[in-house]
Amino acid sequence: MTEPLLDVRDLRVEYKALRGSVRAVNDVSFQIMPGEVYGLAGESGCGKSTIALSILRVLNPPAVITGGQVLFKGRDVLDMNDDQLEQFRWSEVAMVFQSAMNSLNPVMRIGDQIADAIQAHERVSDKDAEERSVELLKVVGIDPNRRRAYPHELSGGMRQRAVIAIALSLNPPMLIMDEPTTALDVVVQQEIMMQLRELKEQFGFSVLFITHDLSLLVEFSDRIGIMYAGDIVEEAPSSQLFDDPQHPYTWGLMHSFPLVHGPRMALTGIPGSPPDLLSPPPGCRFAPRCSLVMPQCSTSRPLLTPTGNRRNVACYLHEQGRPVTISPLMESRGTVTV
Amino acid sequence: MTEQSHAADPPILEVRDLQKFFPVGTMFARRNLRALHHVSFTLRRGKVLALVGESGSGKSTAARCVARLIEPSAGQILFKGKDMLAEERRGASLQYRGDVQMIFQDPFGSLNPVKSIAHHLARPLRIHKKSSGTKETAERVDQLLESVGLAPARQFSDKYPYELSGGQRQRVSFARALAVEPEVVLADEPISMLDVSIRMGILNLMERLKDEHGIAYLYITHDLASARYFADETIVMYAGQIVEGAASEELIQHPAHPYTQRLLDAVPDPKAEHGFKQGAGGWQPPILVDPPPGCPFADRCPHAMPVCREIMPGRTTLNAVHWVRCHLHGSGESSPGLSEPNLPLSA
Ligand SMILES: Nc1ncnc2c1ncn2[C@@H]1O[C@H](COP(=O)(O)OP(=O)(O)OP(=O)(O)O)[C@@H](O)[C@H]1O
Ligand SMILES: Nc1ncnc2c1ncn2[C@@H]1O[C@H](COP(=O)(O)OP(=O)(O)OP(=O)(O)O)[C@@H](O)[C@H]1O
Ligand SMILES: [Mg+2]
Ligand SMILES: [Mg+2]
Repeated sequence: MTEPLLDVRDLRVEYKALRGSVRAVNDVSFQIMPGEVYGLAGESGCGKSTIALSILRVLNPPAVITGGQVLFKGRDVLDMNDDQLEQFRWSEVAMVFQSAMNSLNPVMRIGDQIADAIQAHERVSDKDAEERSVELLKVVGIDPNRRRAYPHELSGGMRQRAVIAIALSLNPPMLIMDEPTTALDVVVQQEIMMQLRELKEQFGFSVLFITHDLSLLVEFSDRIGIMYAGDIVEEAPSSQLFDDPQHPYTWGLMHSFPLVHGPRMALTGIPGSPPDLLSPPPGCRFAPRCSLVMPQCSTSRPLLTPTGNRRNVACYLHEQGRPVTISPLMESRGTVTV
Repeated sequence: MTEQSHAADPPILEVRDLQKFFPVGTMFARRNLRALHHVSFTLRRGKVLALVGESGSGKSTAARCVARLIEPSAGQILFKGKDMLAEERRGASLQYRGDVQMIFQDPFGSLNPVKSIAHHLARPLRIHKKSSGTKETAERVDQLLESVGLAPARQFSDKYPYELSGGQRQRVSFARALAVEPEVVLADEPISMLDVSIRMGILNLMERLKDEHGIAYLYITHDLASARYFADETIVMYAGQIVEGAASEELIQHPAHPYTQRLLDAVPDPKAEHGFKQGAGGWQPPILVDPPPGCPFADRCPHAMPVCREIMPGRTTLNAVHWVRCHLHGSGESSPGLSEPNLPLSA
């Protein structure tokens, strides 16, 4: 079997606050294979961006990585010294930050920013760099005639696309994209995702794709991890996740979003809200909101366990290798309709 | 909800023939970017008007003109019947800036990094005199935070923006807009970074405030599903022009403009086969700088006819709750410049 490109093991990240520490990432493990698109989803505040920032080690205090390993091509990023880290960030990963829209240099024209990124990595002439920046602007659907525009002269979505163009210009083995399309309409989003797919097939890079948009995630990812309050609670090939969610939280997520296609239906939501991470519930962090909760869920924490078919779930409803179909159970239980 | 007649709801804010040009190019070769071209719409008390459209089509520009953050090149903004651009020529009054609130698209850029969350909410309360005294202000701040799901409020009020996740920041922006009890809320992608469960919480909150206080919303969104569930009417913008308008469910069921059809087609469908549907293939951003005549979508339109590259049609009424500007449906009963309400019957 091929080695994973990225192997995150038992990653633990804490935000040290005055009133105690918040464990925003709670011993998370996952792997991304070369050429694979791994999607990460979960409610706002569950720790998705924190994971992305940890991989690059660009977390700011009071965030501290307090445990685990981030193995990239077998080397632990958490052990790298400054030079190695610099080299790693430079040549191995490119990241589109969640705040992309405002991460451009405000006083530099966008075409120049892309050309600069290219020239910082490769020796190419100004003319070639400009030509490539024009190509990249086309990839993200910005009229190349606007390459002399400053960031404030672009719409929110155009700024977001300019940042995607910069990340693509670096052509690294791994691309991390944190909510890269929040400011894009679905047509532009679809075009960009198709372009990305093509580039990915051409160059073979891997993608860590973070979004709360499950429909998009299912279409674009090969495998998906669902996070809840700092834990990955379910992992599955994306083709299986929607039809057969195994974690009650995943089920809830899938049934709480309004669809454009099909008849207008009442929506089911997940009752309650995510836990206060300062004092998370003992046991399964989802237990207080779970309609299938059992006594043991409130006392001990279920671990991510293989249930067959390349799937993993952290839930006591399932036994190792023996998944249960939860949809009928969920449907018969009290769910709220909003 | 969408089917009922809107005739009874008085317009609170009317936008008529709004135009906006931005100068672009170099000092020696000045050119104009046409960001808004004869944009008209009406906001009504207790109603939600969704504005959807392509990235870069002018949605934020329209909202920023209405909020008087930038000045339109031409057109009228009627607030409660008063022509604001004429009455408050030198910029909006404090009153208007309180009555018409904007929620910005970018939750990372719109909060001050060195001020606490409580400060962001207390400041508008004080400026617009919505609370007096430190204690009352603090209580109101807590209430606002909890109303957008940032509970317990104490856990958030002393934090700084960088300590919050993207979705949490978006909710702070929302609470800030609500702080001053506005009559009109211009919400520019207020939930783009929220996951579905919180998204529904915010939409429900917006709906409650709409019903309780009669707030009128302009809801700019890329999420057609939420427009379907939440907005009474939806208008579709392409390259600075509004090309279609209808009751929201009608628009989803019977999109008439080829751009709207393309938009609905591109919505990811988790129940469909895994992998992306093939797009229409045309990946041609519209030309906004010195735009050619005719319909801006013609270059990407699978049904384009010669006339489409010459004349932009006016509005054609399809039924009581639906109109479109497309030659496939007629050349329009009115010239594109004429101002009209969102729906044919709502006048
Ligand atoms: N600097 C910080 N100090 C304290 N807590 C923080 C800090 N940054 C993030 N957090 C907390 O850590 C948790 C995880 O945040 P993170 O940004 O990783 O969430 P996320 O899953 O990316 O959410 P979103 O979808 O809203 O972007 C949140 O509850 C957040 O409040
Ligand atoms: N200050 C400015 N100078 C020049 N052009 C501008 C300026 N502000 C906006 N534009 C241009 O006007 C057009 C409309 O921008 P606007 O921000 O209104 O789009 P939008 O519909 O909100 O897009 P998005 O969905 O991506 O946020 C874009 O082409 C943008 O580049
Ligand atoms: Mg995030
Ligand atoms: Mg915008």
